Amino acid sequence: MKRFFPFIVLVLAAAWIAASVVPPKSPKDDVDLAKFGKIPVQVGGRVKPLDTVARNSLLIIRTKETLRLSDGRQMSAIKWLADTLFNAPVADEYPAFVIQNAEVLGLFGWQQSDRKYFSFTELTPFLKQIDEQGDQADKLPAVERSAYQSAILNLRNALVLYQRLKNSVQPEGAENFSAEVQLFESVIPDAAKAARARETGEKFDQAKLDQLTELMQRYSKSAELAYILAVPPRDRSSDWRSIGQTLTQSITAREIDPVVKLYASLGDAYRIGDRAAFNEHVDLLAKETSQIQPAGAKRARYEFFFNHVDPFTHSMTLYVLAFLFACISWLTWQRPLNRAAFYLLLLALAVHTFGLASRMYLQERPPVTNLYSSAIFIGWGAVIVALILERIFRDGIGAACAGAIGFITLIIAHHLAGNGDTLEMLQAVLDTNIWLATHVVAITTGYSAMFLAGMLAIIYIVRGVFTRSLTKQTADSLGRMTYGVVCFATLFSFVGTVLGGIWADQSWGRFWGWDPKENGAVLIVLWCAIILHARWGGYIRQRGLMIMSIFGNIVTSFSWFGVNMLGVGLHSYGFMQKAFPWLVGFMVSQLALMCVAAMPLERWRSFRTTSDRQTDLKFASAGLAVK
Amino acid sequence: MLRKTVDLITSLKLTIACLSAAMALIFAGTLAQVHLGIHEAQQRYFQSFFVWWPRESRGFKMPIFPGGHLIGAVLLINLIAAHARRFRWAWKKLGIHLTHAGLIIMLAGGLFTDLFAVESHMRLTNGETKNYSEDTRLDELAVIDTSNPEFDQVTAIPESVLRHKRIIEHPSLPFQIVVKHLFPNARLQMADEAVGGAPPLANRGVGAQVIVQSLPRATGTDEQNIVTAAIEIVPVDLATGATQESLGTWLVSDALGAPQTFSWMNRTWQLTMRPARYYKPYSVTLQKFTHERYAGTEIPKNFASQIALIDPERSTNRDVLIYMNHPLRYRGETFYQAGFQKDDSASILQVVHNPSFIAPYVACVIVAAGLLVQFGYHLVGFARKRTAAT
Repeated sequence: MKRFFPFIVLVLAAAWIAASVVPPKSPKDDVDLAKFGKIPVQVGGRVKPLDTVARNSLLIIRTKETLRLSDGRQMSAIKWLADTLFNAPVADEYPAFVIQNAEVLGLFGWQQSDRKYFSFTELTPFLKQIDEQGDQADKLPAVERSAYQSAILNLRNALVLYQRLKNSVQPEGAENFSAEVQLFESVIPDAAKAARARETGEKFDQAKLDQLTELMQRYSKSAELAYILAVPPRDRSSDWRSIGQTLTQSITAREIDPVVKLYASLGDAYRIGDRAAFNEHVDLLAKETSQIQPAGAKRARYEFFFNHVDPFTHSMTLYVLAFLFACISWLTWQRPLNRAAFYLLLLALAVHTFGLASRMYLQERPPVTNLYSSAIFIGWGAVIVALILERIFRDGIGAACAGAIGFITLIIAHHLAGNGDTLEMLQAVLDTNIWLATHVVAITTGYSAMFLAGMLAIIYIVRGVFTRSLTKQTADSLGRMTYGVVCFATLFSFVGTVLGGIWADQSWGRFWGWDPKENGAVLIVLWCAIILHARWGGYIRQRGLMIMSIFGNIVTSFSWFGVNMLGVGLHSYGFMQKAFPWLVGFMVSQLALMCVAAMPLERWRSFRTTSDRQTDLKFASAGLAVK
Repeated sequence: MLRKTVDLITSLKLTIACLSAAMALIFAGTLAQVHLGIHEAQQRYFQSFFVWWPRESRGFKMPIFPGGHLIGAVLLINLIAAHARRFRWAWKKLGIHLTHAGLIIMLAGGLFTDLFAVESHMRLTNGETKNYSEDTRLDELAVIDTSNPEFDQVTAIPESVLRHKRIIEHPSLPFQIVVKHLFPNARLQMADEAVGGAPPLANRGVGAQVIVQSLPRATGTDEQNIVTAAIEIVPVDLATGATQESLGTWLVSDALGAPQTFSWMNRTWQLTMRPARYYKPYSVTLQKFTHERYAGTEIPKNFASQIALIDPERSTNRDVLIYMNHPLRYRGETFYQAGFQKDDSASILQVVHNPSFIAPYVACVIVAAGLLVQFGYHLVGFARKRTAAT
């Protein structure tokens, strides 16, 4: 059992991962929504599959990627999107809007209860009120909004998004859109004739002209509202267009783009529940779009696969498991659990790497482009360094660190994803792969190393104070690991910071501008320098190094998140009020750990209980041979 | 005594103290940016020898913390002194020496930049030509003699002079300028629209109908100070130097658009308060400004200014495209695409003159190499010990 346990764990975990990689198939007797989800469209300047649009929209509206109906059934995002696009009256009844703020509920005369999801129909009577209140809140800068104002603004934005989605493919309430499009196409030549006749003063058909004008108004309204640009460009010089826009422009083109007709038939088939017609048209639409935009369609199909595999959630679970195994291994059953943890981590890292690489492929960018991806990357970097430490020392410490940091950073990333698309397009100034690949990667690698050093120090202190497992040998290895990781952090933080300065010098002419994010970076460098000099000067030893490394966690979290919350400067992307209590809580917890570590050594369980207390005390206070 | 001082100056404790003080200062300075704005906080905390308290008081003030310049200078001295004293050549120490040499270059370069770099803006509408850039923060009072049809003679008085001198005389001016009031920032209101308040400060020009309300200096990054002054023109007899009867008091302000004109001794003069100008021996014409966004969004994708650079001295006449991350470097100055007018009608170029811009590049390479050597050395030693142990 002992020999095979790690392999059994690995095989089980691998099977679990493999199961999620199998592409989804819609049941034979249902509409092929999987295929529908792969259709490429453009939203937010980026070509993506409808599946991503569905997930991100639902994330904005409901803060979750799936919908739970009032009878408890789960509904996928893409099904919800299909209903919203093609069958709005049904979608209006889904409880898709999240309202948690009591004051917002009170605005509608509702009391706070365990129900927090509401349907569009329920909110319809209050639309005007929500719009007015949202407008008021919108006038304030984000930092000054109260909880109520943020909540009402979020609700307003969710409703706007929903309305825009409903008008993205067909004008809301269209009963038979393909017939309407056909009528429109047939009216164009007659109306053009009538218009010419009117100009020359001949007799003309007023009814035809009126009909065209009415339809044109309908489509230009739809073009204004449309959230999704569904019609791919047929030549390199033009852009993606919405269906409404394409229709209004058909007047000059004299023909209607086949993609529009396909969407119209698709919607009609969906609405009346004609499975065969829907599947046939989805096939045709997929073929047509990949013919016009082969690269975009391929990427969209890949993104669909990426969404489906959901690598970060899977690796998160594996990290937790590995962390638990590693921790338990210090108490009992050391070898098998240790090995199992190591294998699980390798698997988790592979899945994590797949996710990171997929994002790079989809975005055609270096790994870190926003706060979300920085969390993913920090975790990834820290896990790799921790696994190297584990390989060298084989005592479960590296494994525990890898598991903990991998899990925590992915949780943070998960919570940062609430704003919608995490693969958003980059502001002009960031549009440079060289600097993103060097400066940003170096800085985030520095963060990784700082957190890893902090984690090692936490393990040292928790094991030393609360358990008897911190032997001299373990303490020494921890000391060496922490020192090495701090050196690594110094190198990357320094290089990253200076590269940032050089980028700033290249793009707006000053090397250093005392921007909060720059200051945060230099704080890390300074703290590393202080740790190293204090150690070289003999002012601190093993325990001092640990305490200072934990403080490094505080400095790094301030630099990573804290400065963004100040709401000033050029780096103040991703302002998050909600994260503030968490950040403060984290800092307080680290300070508490530092206090615990400062307790006299006699109170540490590891040192109190060893047979030869004197020698152990001596080693603990003497620490590593310096220099 | 001397020995003790030298010990202190070269000590590692001083290094750690400086680094810790720098951390505290940067942390406080960063938080202060929320209320003071980046520029103001930068001046108070980082580009000063001391941080003073209380901030706003005109009278009693005391230094409560060393400022950025002081800490930087002490650190630089400590660094140089320690190395001068303890320097011993050894391959083992190569990494440490490289790192610290790089840091010396970086700190010195930073000090140089603080002292000598000048940042200004050039705002160009489509087709406009300029041979000067404008300071974003400092103003000047321009007194322009327009009598000669061939050229204008401009006498520019910097804001700092207006602030510190009450009576200004200049050989090119046949009159004194008496600064009666100076507001670092103000709001102007038409006298007939204002409710109550003080009477106008000026009795000549458009300022005679305007009421001035003093404001504190702007702190936000996008807020501009409206520098305003009331100045009296008092003619001087060139022969005797005696003052004559005053010509009246004018109001000059950033908020007043067109220059105001007056005549004296058959010559016509214009008065205007404007951003301080830096003239160049060449001219820049904006030919075309482009601003692209990603389809269906407001996210900017690219800004670019196509300009014509004309320099008769160097017989240069060429077109240059300036865009994000691709500045133009010319005759010691660098032009960056910095911004644009909201409706895309004008492009704003940042013009930077920084003689020590190369220092960080050099320093970065040296320090990075030093750290690599140093930590690599540790790592190799560690690996060797482990292989020996197993």
